[in-house]
Amino acid sequence: MSNAQDALFRALSDPTRRGIFERLCRQGEKTVGALTTHAGVSQPVVSKHLAVLKNAGLVRDRHEGRQTHYSAEIRALAPLADWTTEMAGFWESRFDALEDLLKRMDQ
Amino acid sequence: MNDTATEIRSVIVEREIAFPPERIWRALTQPHLIQEWLMKNDFKPVRDHSFKLTAEWGSVDCRVLEIEPNRTLAYTWDAYGLESTVTWTLTPVKSGTHLRMEQAGFRPDQEQAYQGAKFGWQRFFENLEQVLARAD
Repeated sequence: MSNAQDALFRALSDPTRRGIFERLCRQGEKTVGALTTHAGVSQPVVSKHLAVLKNAGLVRDRHEGRQTHYSAEIRALAPLADWTTEMAGFWESRFDALEDLLKRMDQ
Repeated sequence: MNDTATEIRSVIVEREIAFPPERIWRALTQPHLIQEWLMKNDFKPVRDHSFKLTAEWGSVDCRVLEIEPNRTLAYTWDAYGLESTVTWTLTPVKSGTHLRMEQAGFRPDQEQAYQGAKFGWQRFFENLEQVLARAD
């Protein structure tokens, strides 16, 4: 798995972070304050999550006065849309299961 | 089919397995064994037989294309907008069998490619489909 995908998966593996990302996808640009209202965690924690999402390319920020506005970068999900990546992982795990079964099978 | 909207790609997984082809063949073609390593199914080792592979996340529509005992098995694999062919090739080697799986296919368009994101990683992204549907 490439580093970019690794960062994506790691960024989206946390439910709070995923919640923030989904909210930005659904409702468009938001400030940290607005996101905190619904996140169920403190503002510094939301900021930390946003930094991880930004690092993975999933959100971009825009500064306006003292406020920073965040929005979702849907295109960052494109690497996940490559079906060969998903299927390669799927088949590797199926091969493992097949080998397991072969050991258990009667002659 | 519009060539600009499609792209045939493939996934290849190969392994040397310490068992003879005959044994692997049984695991690839007997429904109760297929179920143990792949998915529940109504497979029959008959050319043109249509069957389904089912799992908790959904199902895959398949049809047997080619069957040559202990050597080759090919079937279609259609799921979540992915139209593909899975081909198994068994080659006897000293240590057992060289097993090769190639899945080749395409997705008709980008929207369905996004559907693919949920296919392998469903548990990972419970709500991704909804998010993507709303995001456009």
